[in-house]
Amino acid sequence: MTLTRTGRPTTGRPHKGATRTRTLPVHAVLVVVGAVMAVPVLYALLSGFKSTDQLSRNPIGLPDPWVTSNYTGILGSGSFWRMVGSSTFIAVATTVLVVAVSALAAFSFARFAFRGREVLFTLFTVGLMFPFAVAVLPLFLLLRSMDLLDNPLGVILPQAAFGLPVTIVILRGFFRQIPGELEEAATLDGCGPFGFFWRVLLPMARPALGTVSVLAVVGSWNNFLLPLLVFNEPKWWTIPVGVQQFQGQYASDTARVFAYLVLAMVPALAFYAVAERQLVGGLTTGATKG
Amino acid sequence: MTSTFLPDKRSGPGVVVPPPPATVARGRARRRALHWLTAVSFQLPALVLFGVLVLLPLLFAVYAAFFRWGGFGMPSDYTGVDNFTRLFQDPVFLGDLWRCLVLVVLSLALQLPFALAMAVLLNQRLRGRAVYRMLFFAPYVLSEAITGVLFSMLFAPDDGLADHLLSDIGLGSLGGKWFSDPSTVMATLFLVMMWKYFGFHMMLYLAGLQSIPAELTEAALIDGAGPWQRFRSVTLPLLAPTLRISAFLSVIGSIQLFDLVWVVTTGGPDHHSETMAVTMFQYGFKRYQVGYASAISVVMFGISLVFALAYQRFVLRRDLEGATTTMRGGGA
Repeated sequence: MTLTRTGRPTTGRPHKGATRTRTLPVHAVLVVVGAVMAVPVLYALLSGFKSTDQLSRNPIGLPDPWVTSNYTGILGSGSFWRMVGSSTFIAVATTVLVVAVSALAAFSFARFAFRGREVLFTLFTVGLMFPFAVAVLPLFLLLRSMDLLDNPLGVILPQAAFGLPVTIVILRGFFRQIPGELEEAATLDGCGPFGFFWRVLLPMARPALGTVSVLAVVGSWNNFLLPLLVFNEPKWWTIPVGVQQFQGQYASDTARVFAYLVLAMVPALAFYAVAERQLVGGLTTGATKG
Repeated sequence: MTSTFLPDKRSGPGVVVPPPPATVARGRARRRALHWLTAVSFQLPALVLFGVLVLLPLLFAVYAAFFRWGGFGMPSDYTGVDNFTRLFQDPVFLGDLWRCLVLVVLSLALQLPFALAMAVLLNQRLRGRAVYRMLFFAPYVLSEAITGVLFSMLFAPDDGLADHLLSDIGLGSLGGKWFSDPSTVMATLFLVMMWKYFGFHMMLYLAGLQSIPAELTEAALIDGAGPWQRFRSVTLPLLAPTLRISAFLSVIGSIQLFDLVWVVTTGGPDHHSETMAVTMFQYGFKRYQVGYASAISVVMFGISLVFALAYQRFVLRRDLEGATTTMRGGGA
């Protein structure tokens, strides 16, 4: 509702012409900020279509001629696809594990009253504040002694463990909202606790499960430190590790590194485009709900 | 919240309870124990995973911090608090603390207000609003490693885009060494952090803004409040809980910063961009002074914990009951 010049309240959109003049400076600001956000990525995209020689002669401006060999070369190499596969496998396995384990724990936190519940829950919430770097050194030694180096489990298990706190907190909040009558009805129909969890709670919590899954996928996909430490051999390298190594290896071939970067960004950006709602919803609940 | 799995539901008010002979009492005790076992067994997988891979390493870091230890076998050369006293005389580590503080101040003073301004702009009905929102947030989903490599190339001395742009508009003298100069490396890193993370904070603020009832701003409008007054007296106070959370995440993110720095500068030139986590990594994995590196871990943990508890106690008290939630890597 806005006020017109006569002072009478009206509902709906303000006058069209008025809106346009008033929002012009706003649009100018947004366009500038948008350009700053987009230019680095667009520059990388275009540079990938140049040869390194062309890039140093003509750093700004369209490629002339358009060179596609950087992109096709990387897409044709097995190592890039192996990294995509490795990142995907690790992300999916981490997500399944962390969501399954957290759902069970969150169910117990949300629907049971039992001795020690608050202590346990505090333990997990304190876990939200552990900087991963604090534990990484002994964690590495532990993984080494368990013979999990150069093994995807060496990344999957710790990632799932460190993802537990936030997943449990979000799921617990959601499970608490499901009315107790449903539980009573299920119990009368002969459901035990696990039956209720499996047949009623989980299907109802599908949106929340989607949200925490998206968060877990993004977290795993972007993890750098742990895969860097665990995978000595290129066989299991994930995309962030591969990008860093590629830059080291082809430091002088700038155009090629740009092409590699662009291709490495594509999966994350595509996933974001598909799961935007879930991701943003998850971050805002994850960050603000107790 | 109600639960039918509560142990004593059936003996609640309204249910006639027969006087408890010994057998019934024993039956109830057994039922209660069974109930406890059921509840805890759901926790078991999470507890095992968390205990072995999060708590155990953390406790071991605390233990190892009191030894001189190279990381092989068990630590045996007990040195008491030597690692810690050495740490607080180490100019690199003191520099880490200083740089951490600088990042925190820069984030709070520049990044968050900027994110807020963008959120307020995008909270209006505007053409293309959804596109801007997606564009500003998109860097958040890129890994820090990829972001780091990208910007290390854009800010490459002489060859990078930044220097080319500056020389094209006749400001070539302003261009420079960016990441490779001690005096500019932190500022350049901060620019990259801002590029990557302001969208995350903006999204939080947008969510907060959308939960403010429109009636309140309209009432202020009718009372004759101008745009600034409305923002100052209505929007800002109602957004305060969101602002407090975002500031918290920003500080915790600055304390933990690693990936970006490691990929771009590995802490250089000459330690001028090193963070606590980078120093820890250098000692632990490059120089095999694991005991000393553990001491750094412990100090990092201590700082995060003290900050988080104090923040929760004095700042977040009003917003939360009990739990503090952070997204790991939630943005520096």
